[in-house]
Amino acid sequence: MEEAEVLFGIYCPPHPQPLLSPEASEGYGKLRSAFDECKNRIEESGADLILVYSTTWPSIIGHQIQAHPEPEWVHVDDDFHFLGSMPYKFRMDVDFAEEFSESAKARGLHSRMVSYDGFPIDTGSVVALKLLNPENKIPACIVSSNMYANRAETIVLGKAARDALKTQNKKAVVVVVSSLSNRMFTEHIDPAEDRIHSSKDDEWNRKILEFFEDGRLEDLSQLSREIHGQIRVQKVVAYKPAWWMAAVMGQHNNYEGEVMAYESLHGSGGAVATLTPSSGSFGDKEFDEDDVEFYHGDRDVLNKGMV
Amino acid sequence: MAKGEIVLGCLAPHPPHVVYAENPEQNEAFAEGGWETLRWGYHRLARKLKSIEYDSIVIFTPHWQTYIGTHFLGLPKFKSKSVDPVFPNLFRYNYDISVDVDLAEVMCKYASDSGIVSMMMRNPDFRIDYGTITSCHMLNPDWDKPVVTISSNRNAHYYSPEVMNEQASALGEACARAIYESGKKVVLVSSHSLSHRHFVTEAPLPEDMSREHIYNHSQYVWDMKLVDLMRRGEMREVIDIMPEFTEQTIAETEAGGLTWMMAAMGYPDYPAEIYGYQSVIGTGNLIAAWDPLESTRELVL
Repeated sequence: MEEAEVLFGIYCPPHPQPLLSPEASEGYGKLRSAFDECKNRIEESGADLILVYSTTWPSIIGHQIQAHPEPEWVHVDDDFHFLGSMPYKFRMDVDFAEEFSESAKARGLHSRMVSYDGFPIDTGSVVALKLLNPENKIPACIVSSNMYANRAETIVLGKAARDALKTQNKKAVVVVVSSLSNRMFTEHIDPAEDRIHSSKDDEWNRKILEFFEDGRLEDLSQLSREIHGQIRVQKVVAYKPAWWMAAVMGQHNNYEGEVMAYESLHGSGGAVATLTPSSGSFGDKEFDEDDVEFYHGDRDVLNKGMV
Repeated sequence: MAKGEIVLGCLAPHPPHVVYAENPEQNEAFAEGGWETLRWGYHRLARKLKSIEYDSIVIFTPHWQTYIGTHFLGLPKFKSKSVDPVFPNLFRYNYDISVDVDLAEVMCKYASDSGIVSMMMRNPDFRIDYGTITSCHMLNPDWDKPVVTISSNRNAHYYSPEVMNEQASALGEACARAIYESGKKVVLVSSHSLSHRHFVTEAPLPEDMSREHIYNHSQYVWDMKLVDLMRRGEMREVIDIMPEFTEQTIAETEAGGLTWMMAAMGYPDYPAEIYGYQSVIGTGNLIAAWDPLESTRELVL
């Protein structure tokens, strides 16, 4: 079997401002320009697939994979509804969705495809696909972020995506939709005065971006728990996007990294960064935690009467 | 103008499974039944609501999550389809909802005057969340009363359950003043489960009741602790222990709904009417009501 071919990865924010109000601040405009540049690179890449992992699509029943061939709706964000509506019609790679779901099951995960008219595709996925693939030139696949999943499950999910790419011999651009620090201001602000919520958040964001620029994705993956504790609002159990991204892209530090924009989005940290596999780059990796190939489920210690 | 009043407060959980199991014409999915303890409890509470004179339902929902203040529905009609993002196999509901915009605006103003960041939601493409639809459908399947949905500001995420309790209390008190000034008779609905740990897999037949049970015993014990306090009319104590209950059971009370409703009703010291308790995919779900009028208050279960 061929190695999975991930042409490059994109890390981008879920907020709607770069799509709906890029003119509202210089920073939103810079993020929009970075999205636009990524769009051009995707179109020139020869990719067969855009594979999206979105932190704003939470799931509970395992891992859900969008499998409607042409999902269509008019989406409105829960918080930023006053910025306007987001009509969309996307083109999904249903064959890949099926392969991905089966690959996930083969690795012990609970996975299912969703294909329903009117299914609410999340803000992050809508923003990413409308900006990165506005004419649907390349089919896409979106996978949810299970709210209870932790490291092992998320890494196995990334490996399952890699399995599916190998099996179908597809060239993919991987898109992870996530903020860096995700604490927003809790009141309305003038977009022109937007800034990162705190100096601590800003410092951590810049440290993460150093790792991106050095191509140290696996090291970022290893730092996920620390990142979660330091700069993530505790909505879910863990900061997972670096785990998934690293797993699907091969678990190493050999990438050419580029930070195309880093700006605040209502206080949160929004970055558009790319990672392109290379033979050079940093190379070293610090594996602090075990790698995992197959998901064996929860340890279920409560029900086993262990002390 | 006569002063308004809260005529009933309802704790109305919103697992989409109960609408799915009812097979209403609005929902596309078909079920063989299931979760009867909850559904029959809802039926009885819906009959009580039919016997009460009221103008509007005001519902606080965990599934319209906002981080920039509290938002109120602000257009008179919303007609579309709601598909549950977690259980799309069960819930694809075509809705046609009327909103009491006048009441929503008064509540928004009073909340804002109280120092709570508040705003109206006036985007016509906005999709109504499935929590609002499920609770309102089960309480009033005829949909013959206008609703106001209030978003849940996620103070528990950003700060702590203690801050959530304080903020939701302030919002409840502001809403109560607004209702009083509006001259309207209002039913309050707090839409959520109690303990809220889900199973992460689903039975091939979701309504297979042989598979349904609470996620673990500690969730059940906590839920029963709250039910016992509610039966005794000790709602002030329920709200006092809310932060610990919320943390211990990952409870959906984290959104602030029950605190909001109890604050609006002045922390009732009379017994709640208990209509049913049942688990849905591992979560603990209680249907209860608080009737301020002693002459119509019932011992249901």
